[in-house]
Formats: sequence, C-alpha cells, structure tokens
Amino acid sequence: MTIELIIGKYNYWIYISLMMIGFYAMIAKKNLVKKLIGMNIFQTSIILFFISIGSKKGATIPIVEEGVKTIQANQYINPLPHVLMLTAIVVMVSTFGVALALLLLIYRKYHTLEEDEILNLRR
Amino acid sequence: MSHLPFPILIIVVPLISAFLMILLGWLRKSLCYLLLIFVLGITTLSSFMILEEVLWKGSIHYRLGGWLPPWGIEYVIDPLNGFVLLIVSTISLIIGITSKPMVEREFPERAIYFYCLYLLQITGLLGIVITGDLFNLYVFLEIASLAGYALIAIGEEGAPFASFNYMIYGTIGACFYLLGVGYLYIESGSLNMADLTKLLPGLLSSKVTLIAFAFFSVGIAIKMALFPLHVWLPDAYTYAPSTVSTLVAPLTTKVGAYVMIRVMVNVFPPTFFTETLPAALLLRWMAGLGILFGCLFALAQKDLKRMLGYVLIAEIGYIAMGIGFGNRNGLTGAILHIMNDGLMMACLFLFVGAITLKGWPRKIDQLQGLHQTMPLTSAAFVLSGLSVIGVPPTCGFFSKWYLVLGAIDAKQWLSAAILLASSLCNAILFFRVIEKAYFGKAGNEQRIERPILKRDEAPLIVLIPLWVLTLGVISLGLFSGTIISNIIHLTIPASF
Repeated sequence: MTIELIIGKYNYWIYISLMMIGFYAMIAKKNLVKKLIGMNIFQTSIILFFISIGSKKGATIPIVEEGVKTIQANQYINPLPHVLMLTAIVVMVSTFGVALALLLLIYRKYHTLEEDEILNLRR
Repeated sequence: MSHLPFPILIIVVPLISAFLMILLGWLRKSLCYLLLIFVLGITTLSSFMILEEVLWKGSIHYRLGGWLPPWGIEYVIDPLNGFVLLIVSTISLIIGITSKPMVEREFPERAIYFYCLYLLQITGLLGIVITGDLFNLYVFLEIASLAGYALIAIGEEGAPFASFNYMIYGTIGACFYLLGVGYLYIESGSLNMADLTKLLPGLLSSKVTLIAFAFFSVGIAIKMALFPLHVWLPDAYTYAPSTVSTLVAPLTTKVGAYVMIRVMVNVFPPTFFTETLPAALLLRWMAGLGILFGCLFALAQKDLKRMLGYVLIAEIGYIAMGIGFGNRNGLTGAILHIMNDGLMMACLFLFVGAITLKGWPRKIDQLQGLHQTMPLTSAAFVLSGLSVIGVPPTCGFFSKWYLVLGAIDAKQWLSAAILLASSLCNAILFFRVIEKAYFGKAGNEQRIERPILKRDEAPLIVLIPLWVLTLGVISLGLFSGTIISNIIHLTIPASF
C-alpha cells in the first residue's frame, strides 16, 4: 500500500520535494542569487505538478488522426495543463529577468549580494 | 453605446499603448505624458460606460475569440468588478495627471520607461478585476506584480533591495495561487469562475478542494499584505519613488482584496469559508491582529511615508475583517472600504509626494510650519486623515460604521472593540502629524535652512488632483447611502 503510494505517484513526490527545496532556499539562504535559484526551483516544481495532472498512462499526444470516428478520451493526454504551463513558463522567465536586473542594481550599489552584509551596510 | 467593445478596449488600449510609449519616446519625449493621460482617460471612460451598462442591463459577458465559456476565456463584468474597475481606473487617472512634476524631479531621464511600466501596471490591475477565468487572473496578477517590482526599484537608496524582497514574497504568493488553480482543476476540470460556482457545491467534501482553498487564501493574503504576510510592504512602499507609491499603495492591495472577495464569496460558496471551515474565524483573527499591529507600528515610525505604510496594513485588516464576518453588513463595509481606502490612501500618499516635491523632509518631527507654506496641501492631509480616523461626514466613517454593524450582527464583540480602538489609535497617529505641521514651533533648529516661511504651494497640477481626491473623500461619504443601495447591494450574493 505505502510502496504503491510512493512508487505509483513518484512524480508528485518529486514535485513536493523540489518545491520544499526551493522554498527552503528562498527562506533560509543568505545569498540573493541562491534565493533566486530557489525561486526558480520552486516555480519549476509547479510546472512538474501541472504536467503530471495532465498525463495519463498509455495515452498519446492529443492529435486526432485522419479517419478516426470515435474519440476515446483516455487515449489522449489532457492538453490544457500543458498549455497553461506554456504561459506560466513565459511568466517565470520574465520574473527571472526582472529579478536578475534587480540583482545587478543591488550589486552596483553595495558591491555584495549577501543579505546580511547589505543589511549591515544600510544600517 | 453597446456597439463599442468596452470590456476588451479597457485591457487592449493600455497594453498596446505601453509598447507604443517606448516608440513614441524615441520620437518625441514630450508626448509621452499626453499619451498616458489620453489612455487613462479612455480606460476611465470605458469603465464608467461598463458600470452604467451593468447597472442598467445586468452582467456583461465578453467571450474572447468567440469561444464558449467553459473552454474559452471570458471577461465577465458584474456590479462588483464593474465597481472596482471604476475605482482602479479613476484613481490611476488622477495619479497619472500628478505624475509629471514628480517624474521630472526624481528621475527625468527614465520618464519614458516609467510611463510604459505605469500602463503595464494598470493593464495588470484592470485585467485582474475584469477577467472571469482563474488562470487568466494569474497571468494578469503577474503582469501587475512584475511592473510593480520594476516601478518600485526606480526609487531611492534601499529600493532595489526592498523590491527584490517584495519579488520573493510576491512570487511565493502567485505560485500558491497557481497551485490553488491546479488543485481546483484536478477536482472540477474547469477554470471558469462562473462554471466553478456551479460545480463546486457538489465537490466541497473533497480534500483536494480544501487544499485548493488553502493555497488560494495564503497566496492572495500575501498579495494583499494581510497581517503575518505583510513584511514586504513597508520597505517597498517607503523606498519607492513618490509617484509610484501613490499609484501602487492604494490600488495593488485593494485589487488583492477584491480577488479575496471574488474567490471566497463568489467562486466558492459563501457558506464554505464561514461554516465548513474555520477560515472566517482565522481571517478575523489575522485581520484583528493586523489592525492592532499596523496601528502600533505606525505609532513607532518617524518617517511619514513608512507610517502610512503601516496604516495601510491596518486598513487591509479592516477589509479582511469585513469579509471574515461573513454577513451582509460586514461585506458591505468591506466593499465600501475598498473604494474609501483607495481614495484616502491615494490622497495621503499624494500629500507626501507633494511635500517631497517642494523639498520638505519626510520626517514627522521636521514638519514645523508646513501649514504656513502649504496651507491648501496640509488642509487636504487633515481632511483625509480625519477620514482614516472615521470622523462622520467623511467616507471613512461609513465603511467603519458598516464594519461595526457587521461585527455586532456576527456577535464578535472583540472585533468590534478592535475596530473602535483602532480609530482611537489612528486619531493619535494623525494628530501627532497635524500637531507638528500646524502648531509646531517654526524656526526650530531643524528648520534653519528655511527661516522666512513664505507661501509655497505644490504646483497646481498636483494640488488640483489632490483636492479632487479630498473632495471625493468627503462627497462619497455624503453619498455613500446612494452608492450602497445602488451598487454594493447588488454585489452581495443572495445567501448573505
């Protein structure tokens, strides 16, 4: 039972562990670049989650071949979560871009990217 | 006037103009400001038309690309988001008019990019309000947030760091929201809000729905800066350039509050968060602690702008508390407070912008003699300050009145006591500033650089919008009965 829960749904377990790794890095790391990397891992885990909820065992890509009359829904992967993730990837890439620009600004001002050093400098 | 597609114009016009702005800026820099005002004028006009049509003819459904609702994205405007739409577009127009002198003083060389980001921010906020699709809301949420991070980072010394922290928090919030959408999609197979309203009552016992609700609540609470999740707000809004904090402080958090009402009361059945889950209880506690915390921390601040940031956290607490009462009066108060607080905060932050424009410091104890040099500007501050306290003819009184009524209806005596105590606390806060500005001894050692106090008002382009907002604070208070019976009562679901 438990083995089936772990192995049968391994993609969800990976999603949860990736998410926690990212979350930990965002909260606990002092280096701002590491925080940013954590943020990226966090977002990527959500992509994995959405891709997982769309896929089915033994199903194929949702393109109907010519001449097929009856469509069996369980033969095709649900395309909607994948399409949503295309949009979400765009959002994540732009967030990453803005974050890198902010880090550049911070580095030019303080010449460091360590959070505690910046807080000391600002005091 | 229904032959013009206002629901789509209100999104497309600012979005396209944001990119045209950069091209125009390369040709003629001086035209950028005019384009901004023109576009904001169009959005204000369209949202006015939309609200009028909604009130006369009922909800508008605009289907993008002609796809039918459960599959395609649709824009739905009912009285609730028509009302919020009008608030967002009107305040952004008024703040847009005042932006010119502040931009010229603080960052003249980056004006084009500022105006571009301003329009993107407005596109995002209006999009969040107008859309009827949960995933589409996430996209607009991120458009608004990304523009907000960039706008805040323009500001003074600590701004990029504050903006980075805001980004970390904001991304967690948005990702939690996205996870909520995912879990809700697993359970119901739909992303359309109206469709979900029909589907969800049958799915409430499922654990997946509970998880979705939890992710939604936490995600939105981060975005609207509800008490333990408010940490990003004071820094971000203090270091932002004055015109940016005038724009984002009244609008971003209010739009977050709107999303909370939409998800908790409309998408999920309202009984879900009041009876099935202890969510309403938790919301009331968070809100109550947030109000007390905001007021107390505001008392400890020396910087006027930072003080207003903490006042804003307390105000968010009022709205959340109104939702948490889960009854008609509480929700009326919450929706009314979205409008009132938007106006009051715009007015107060604009006052800070106006005095910074004239070279005054933001430290509260250096404001002696302000009323002699800027009598009209400080009078506007006094009036909106009275509204935050909740003095009768101003609009702040009426939303607090409904919130207290809601507390009494829900038999939440502690919440009612917190609401009343916070008024007292706000009175101390604002009279502390007013006392310095009006009765503080002029020519103190801090003000030697300006020994003769000549009259030196803010420029008319700032002063007139400031007074428009102030008169709005008073007149919307006087007309709040009409607003409540004609608009807000239509927004509240029948089961309340």
